[in-house]
Amino acid sequence: MSKLGLIALIFIYLGLLFLIAYFAEKNKGSKVISHPSVYALSLAVYCSAWTYYGSVGMAATSGVEFLTIYIGPIIAAPLWIIVLKKIIQLSKVYNISSIADFISLRYGNSRFLGALVTIVCAISIIPYISLQLKAISETFELVTNSLEGIEGTSMVTDSTFYIALILALFASFFGTLSLDASKNKTGVMFSVAVESVLKLVFFLVVGIYVTYFIFDGTSDIYKKASLKLNVNTLSTLDGLSAGINWYFSIVLSFLAIFLLPRQFQTSVVEFTNRKQLKTSIWLFPLYLLLFNLFVVFIAWGGLLILGVNVNSDYFTLLLPMHFGDHWLAVLVFLGGLSAVISMVVVSTLALSTMLSNNLIIPYGFLKKLTKNRTSSSNEKMIKRIRRISVFVSIILAYLLYSSFNPSISLFTIGLISFLIIAQLAPSFFIGLFWNRGSALGSKIGIILGLLVVGYTYLLPFFTENVFSQNQFVEKGFLNISLLKPYALFGIEVLNPVNHALYWSLLVNIAAYLLFSVTKKGNYRERNYGEMFVNSEKAVELKENAYVWKGEAYVEDIQAILVRFLGYEKAEKALRVFRKRYDVNPSDKLADAKFINFSERLLTGAVGSASAKILISNVAKEKPVSLIEVLKILEENRETISVNKSLEEQSQKLLKLTSDLKSANDELKIQDQLKDDFLDTVAHELKTPITSIQASSEVLSDSEDMPLELRQKFLNNIIQDTERLNVLINDILDLEKMASGRDELTLEVQSLNQCLAKAINGISSIAKRKNVQVKFLTETNVEIKFDNSKMLQVFTNLLSNSLKFVPETKGLIQVQIEEDSQHVYCKITDNGKGIPEEDIQLIFKKFYQSKNQTFKKPIGSGFGLAICKQIVEMHKGKIYANPNIKKGAELIIQLPKLNL
Amino acid sequence: MKKILLVDDEPNIIMALEYALRKNDYDIFIARDGEEAITLLKELKPDLIVLDIMMPKVDGYEVLTFLKDHKEFQNKIQSIIISAKQKDSDIEKAMNLGAKDYIKKPFSIKKLVNIINKLLNSNT
Repeated sequence: MSKLGLIALIFIYLGLLFLIAYFAEKNKGSKVISHPSVYALSLAVYCSAWTYYGSVGMAATSGVEFLTIYIGPIIAAPLWIIVLKKIIQLSKVYNISSIADFISLRYGNSRFLGALVTIVCAISIIPYISLQLKAISETFELVTNSLEGIEGTSMVTDSTFYIALILALFASFFGTLSLDASKNKTGVMFSVAVESVLKLVFFLVVGIYVTYFIFDGTSDIYKKASLKLNVNTLSTLDGLSAGINWYFSIVLSFLAIFLLPRQFQTSVVEFTNRKQLKTSIWLFPLYLLLFNLFVVFIAWGGLLILGVNVNSDYFTLLLPMHFGDHWLAVLVFLGGLSAVISMVVVSTLALSTMLSNNLIIPYGFLKKLTKNRTSSSNEKMIKRIRRISVFVSIILAYLLYSSFNPSISLFTIGLISFLIIAQLAPSFFIGLFWNRGSALGSKIGIILGLLVVGYTYLLPFFTENVFSQNQFVEKGFLNISLLKPYALFGIEVLNPVNHALYWSLLVNIAAYLLFSVTKKGNYRERNYGEMFVNSEKAVELKENAYVWKGEAYVEDIQAILVRFLGYEKAEKALRVFRKRYDVNPSDKLADAKFINFSERLLTGAVGSASAKILISNVAKEKPVSLIEVLKILEENRETISVNKSLEEQSQKLLKLTSDLKSANDELKIQDQLKDDFLDTVAHELKTPITSIQASSEVLSDSEDMPLELRQKFLNNIIQDTERLNVLINDILDLEKMASGRDELTLEVQSLNQCLAKAINGISSIAKRKNVQVKFLTETNVEIKFDNSKMLQVFTNLLSNSLKFVPETKGLIQVQIEEDSQHVYCKITDNGKGIPEEDIQLIFKKFYQSKNQTFKKPIGSGFGLAICKQIVEMHKGKIYANPNIKKGAELIIQLPKLNL
Repeated sequence: MKKILLVDDEPNIIMALEYALRKNDYDIFIARDGEEAITLLKELKPDLIVLDIMMPKVDGYEVLTFLKDHKEFQNKIQSIIISAKQKDSDIEKAMNLGAKDYIKKPFSIKKLVNIINKLLNSNT
């Protein structure tokens, strides 16, 4: 492909990415752009040109070692998600926008630490960006077949330089839309996700091309490779030392997935919701797996066809070109370009935020910023600082790239980057779980770690590659063999990278622990230490988790907020704060909550260290004792739990109150019913007693009373006594059943017999009254029931009917009917019937005898109530048939089953 | 001879009352419920009515109300309640409706006769 044509293609491609980012930024809320997989795919910024080209090179020269870089994140995915959750939680609460901010805040808004971390990141990332530029330049050269490549004779004629500039423009435009660096950069992230898809697809295409078009599938490649190549060393681990090396490499990549600024940017800063993590836990490892599917086969294929004398990093380009498929090479080139663009953009974005918020502003511009009168000029200045940082990082990277020794492979430079960034690991991870970790320990640990990396890796790397001297490596510093940079103190099993990792982390961790334990940090460090370690609680407590003592005026702090956030945003934030804590707007003195709240707001704009400095400029802070700091979380935890339990208690009390109220209502009803019952009972008892008393009195006062009349009075007394007796028994029966103390003796038996017995029982009275009683049913019905109880019911109903039928021509008919589930006993008479309005009421215990329109000629008035109780104990029903015009029909419905 | 109307749905009580009052030279009429009582009141215009409260169809209160509402009976027919109801509210209600006395069941016949005698003799 012609040079110009490819350059045109590159710029068209970049233009498209601009449009995509712009479109995403405009349509933030849309389903596609806010889809959780966009987040997961943006994490794949991890796969840079180093992955895209370098892993093939690595596989071709050192075998499966390349896998460690991807296996680390894959095996660690579950653990990664757990730790990531904690980091995200903290970062969102404290408006953290970069890893430098994170570490600086953890160690008490340490300005120095923030700057140190920023420098570590810069040292790590700028060569990494150079590496990406190198990849573009070299691949450009290959695809266009031009010897001088994309590079012109000077910077002015070098296309790589312009590509770098466009990337810087892209990053600075979309990266600084919002002043608050902790805000999401939707446009950039969406374009990164799109690029992730493109690079994977193009890489898979070339993988399939090599495996299935050049060769006949994987087994074909393996067969040919095992004949020609030393496949064993390329596909297996070589003994114990290789195993240990593997282990270290996996650790290294695991650390990198957290610590690389671009990973922190995509995974933490751009995080918006939990769904994203759920998707990422499977999608991201899957992505990495897919990416590595064909690496080995491309490497072997390349070795088989092109031999060892070409740069194996670029097998993916060289293979299609070897077979004349230039279009495929261009596709691969675009995939690589995608990897480069996303990596460079996100990295410089992250780096520029760190440079501005953690290095430039706190160390130089803070005074100037506080002097600026308006928020808009501050915003402009901060944004300008960030944009310049973006350009400076990319230009630095370009300069570094142009001085590269072309023989250094992509993979080696990438590893340097990993090694350096790994020095943040102890301060980052241990600080998350150990509250004693101090700023001093962290600073000394990182610096010593860096020195060890310098001695064991960078120094020998430069002496070998730049100055081509081997003496230092082979003989050691000052010819002391114990100080050999690649085998310090005689440790020779590890490869140089892992060796450097081992020693640097050992020294780093040791220093961190030692200085943290021996010298206590100040109260601020301990306060944030507690908050980071107990992140769940700290998040719950929000501003309450922070201890601050001193004097500051709300007005002063408000002025700072306005200066950095603008009037509207500051006012809005204050409103939220006042509402949350129910603060009186007229309070003049600021409390710890307000201080912490304001620092947090400022952190997003100027970084945690600057935020602290800004606030402390207007506040007279008094030292807080360590004990107070340690107590605060404990106390707050207690207060919260006490509050919670109080809340629960009051909820319970409320429920109890309403329960009691309804119970009380129920009791009142019960009480009323009981009163009515007692009234009724009293009335019913008093009537016969009155009669007995009156009759006796009359008898005793009238000696001259005729014998016949005397006999009549005496009969009345006997009758009333009997009535009293029945009444008392009924009351006792009813009470017994109502209180559930009476139990049924159930047996399967003939209902007909029971009814017949009841009829027989009343037959003498019936005969006397000349009433006919007919039992119409002949078929025997057997169900389960209590014989004596049902006999009582039938007898009661029959006696009732007897009372109502006319003296002559009285007729009572009894019959049994049944359906599939029930048996119906019907007792019909030709008496005066039941008044319509009373049909529902006759069985009511209390109502009935009160309602005098249905007054029994004789009886207690409890008979039907008792019948009802008994039938209901049998799970049956008793009711009067409302459709009977003349006389009455009472029906007892009994279940055939369920007893 | 003074006319007395006895109203109660308990025949045994009526029977004893009737016997005791006849012995005291009163002309005795009997009603088994409030409805019957009102009919007889209009026909007989008795001097006194002995009235139960809890009765079928029309209860004692309604009879009292009837008496109170009709001028021709007002202050002419005296009324005594005999009832098993013993709550103060019941008594108050009856007295407000114009009952001259309220006798709780069970009662002594002698006492009732004394009260009736007093009521009917003081009026003459």
